[in-house]
Amino acid sequence: MHTILSKKILTERTWHMRVAAPLVARKCCAGQFIMLRIHESGERIPLTIADWDRAAGFIDIYFQEIGATTELLATLEPGDTILDVVGPLGNPSHVEKIDGTFVMVGGGFGIAAGYPVARAFKEAGNRVVAVLGAKTRKLLICEEMLKSVCDEVYVATNDGSYGTQGLVSDVLQGLLDEGEDIRLVYPVGPPIMMKIISQMTLPHKIKTIVSLNSIMVDGTGMCGSCRVTVAGKTRFVCSEGIDFDGHEVNWDEMMSRQKMYGRQEAVALSHHHEHGACWGGAR
Amino acid sequence: MSDYSKNLTIAERCAIPRQPMPHQDPVERISNFNEVALGWDKDTAVEEAHRCLLCKTPKCVTNCPAEIDIPGFIRKIADGNFLESARILRASSALPAVCGRVCPQESQCELTCSLGKKYQPVAIGRLERFASDYALFEEELPIPDTAPPTGKRVAVVGAGPAGITVAGDLVKLGHEVTLFEALHEPGGVLVYGIPEFRLPKEIVRLELEVIQKLGVRLVKNFVVGRTATVDDLLEEFDAVFLGNGAGAPKFLGIPGENLNGVYSASEYLTRCNLMKSHNFPGNSTPVAEGGKVVVLGGGNVAMDAVRMSLRLGADEATILYRRSRKELPARIEEIENAEAEGVNFNYLVNPVRFIGNEQNWVTGVECLRMELGEPDSSGRCRPLPVKGSEFVVPAEMVIVAIGQSANPIVASTATGIETDERGYFIADDDGRTTKPGVFAGGDIVTGAATVILAIGAGKKSARAIHDYLGDSRWPAEILS
Repeated sequence: MHTILSKKILTERTWHMRVAAPLVARKCCAGQFIMLRIHESGERIPLTIADWDRAAGFIDIYFQEIGATTELLATLEPGDTILDVVGPLGNPSHVEKIDGTFVMVGGGFGIAAGYPVARAFKEAGNRVVAVLGAKTRKLLICEEMLKSVCDEVYVATNDGSYGTQGLVSDVLQGLLDEGEDIRLVYPVGPPIMMKIISQMTLPHKIKTIVSLNSIMVDGTGMCGSCRVTVAGKTRFVCSEGIDFDGHEVNWDEMMSRQKMYGRQEAVALSHHHEHGACWGGAR
Repeated sequence: MSDYSKNLTIAERCAIPRQPMPHQDPVERISNFNEVALGWDKDTAVEEAHRCLLCKTPKCVTNCPAEIDIPGFIRKIADGNFLESARILRASSALPAVCGRVCPQESQCELTCSLGKKYQPVAIGRLERFASDYALFEEELPIPDTAPPTGKRVAVVGAGPAGITVAGDLVKLGHEVTLFEALHEPGGVLVYGIPEFRLPKEIVRLELEVIQKLGVRLVKNFVVGRTATVDDLLEEFDAVFLGNGAGAPKFLGIPGENLNGVYSASEYLTRCNLMKSHNFPGNSTPVAEGGKVVVLGGGNVAMDAVRMSLRLGADEATILYRRSRKELPARIEEIENAEAEGVNFNYLVNPVRFIGNEQNWVTGVECLRMELGEPDSSGRCRPLPVKGSEFVVPAEMVIVAIGQSANPIVASTATGIETDERGYFIADDDGRTTKPGVFAGGDIVTGAATVILAIGAGKKSARAIHDYLGDSRWPAEILS
């Protein structure tokens, strides 16, 4: 049982939650994730660990309400418990001093997942730039957090309500045009964004590491649900990732696999709307 | 002696026919998840027990990795002393009710049964199931005393058959045992892999309860290799046993394998068994269902997956296997169950690629016809492709059940434990690895095998761990 210590709504459907998980907090590093199951009949879902406090024994997670499980999670309050939190899973991001600028490109709630990696690159002595994207200003999250660990933070909004009007790729293009000496790009967010950024950096031969978010069951390499083709080889995101070379990922396959349960997800959601309050849960 | 016992001559014992196991009707059972084999009543069990010749040097025992006193427990059934029979079973095995159901007795104890030379062997497995179920459901078996505490602490990694065995044996010897499980349910393959209709999860839960009552501390949701490394464990524990299982699904490596609708058997069965997808959306883990289901492989896992798909509403369920029926590695009992349930068996075919539609969903498997050549190193005839014999088997879901490889998580974060080129831990017969204090056994040493072989490895390791905790000796030849 893992107690929810605090929760905060960031945008209409995006939440920050602080959860007591001392064993995860003791060991986790940037780029790792947890599997979470809310109650006995719940599914296991992966969520990236955005921050942690080893001494206090908690971790921070960010999630968007996109399905039955995340909608249910959003209804839990501080003091409520989550049945299972397992981790830290996946390999830590490879962090080192690089000869040039590190750019974290974050989209939507993926920005939160990019935060610990940006911070780790900063701590390793690098120049760190963040490019954050959102549809509109009020959907932008974690800007202040990123400012605290980056040398520069740029924002792109689709409607121009804040920062540059356009996409994160436009801002990244601007940085390249201005001659920023970019050596490593770390896109994290919707797969289509990661794909576009990876395609953009390829002709510039800029190393691009993406943080993949696949459908998982156990999260420990046992089932292969999360498999993805990288450089023509099948890899497991949970046990071999979650970071991969964005230039080598088969994006179309990755994106179609994410939609595998589209029909069932809709069923689960309407079931949750009808019976949401009835789960024999932890409260 | 009770009313049950009869003094029979050998000829009279031989004359008793092997008692059949009643089954749920195939038509009925494919629409439920209840156990197929219904078990025996007392009279049937006693009758079967009277077939045992009570050999002075019982050959059955020598072929039982769990080292069970087989004539001993059978004699108690014949006497009507079912609880004492269960006590004998439990003295050697932490999982008798499990083994009585899933152990391939036909290639273990029953293979060497003396009666089996001329007649059908004694149904040792069914008797084991009867007596151990009796102690789980009819009359409680008192928890035996354990040896006085030794003050030694042992970490057992993986609550599957090997780990449960090690934990059970060591706690009886007075050691303090912590059993770490990565998933939210203990049991390993017994809970995520083997379906309810073959092994009810209640049985696994009850047998685990026994070792917990003996004092084993269970820690779930703890992934050794991630939550803590083996090196971390060695700071807190005097010895570590690695029984984490093979635990990584094998794929064929042919085109189209990552299409939607193509599952590993591990994923499919984990969704159905551990996550109870059959109850979706009440249980919120989804699984693809219905339509034409094709399962690739011919082992027990393939039989489990194909039979599960029928229960989840497949219109048609087909096994594709590259050899013929007589080479199927699955237990004959499971093959017959699958056949009775209406599974199609398509022999001598080898998949070469998966075909998908525009939505990237699988629509079929392209196969080649095979013919059998000379026997290979496994003694089975080598299947050879027939040129130009390509054909397509239509499928809306495909389950790949061709085996397991080594999961790298434990090994990749540990120091000093050598693995072979396939990633399995190198260990001696008693499970000693190349790192003093660290033992390993079960599938993560041998590669994917059976529950009973994992139990056997666990028993040997438990003895070796007990010795090591006494004298701290580590044979030099393992380290070199």
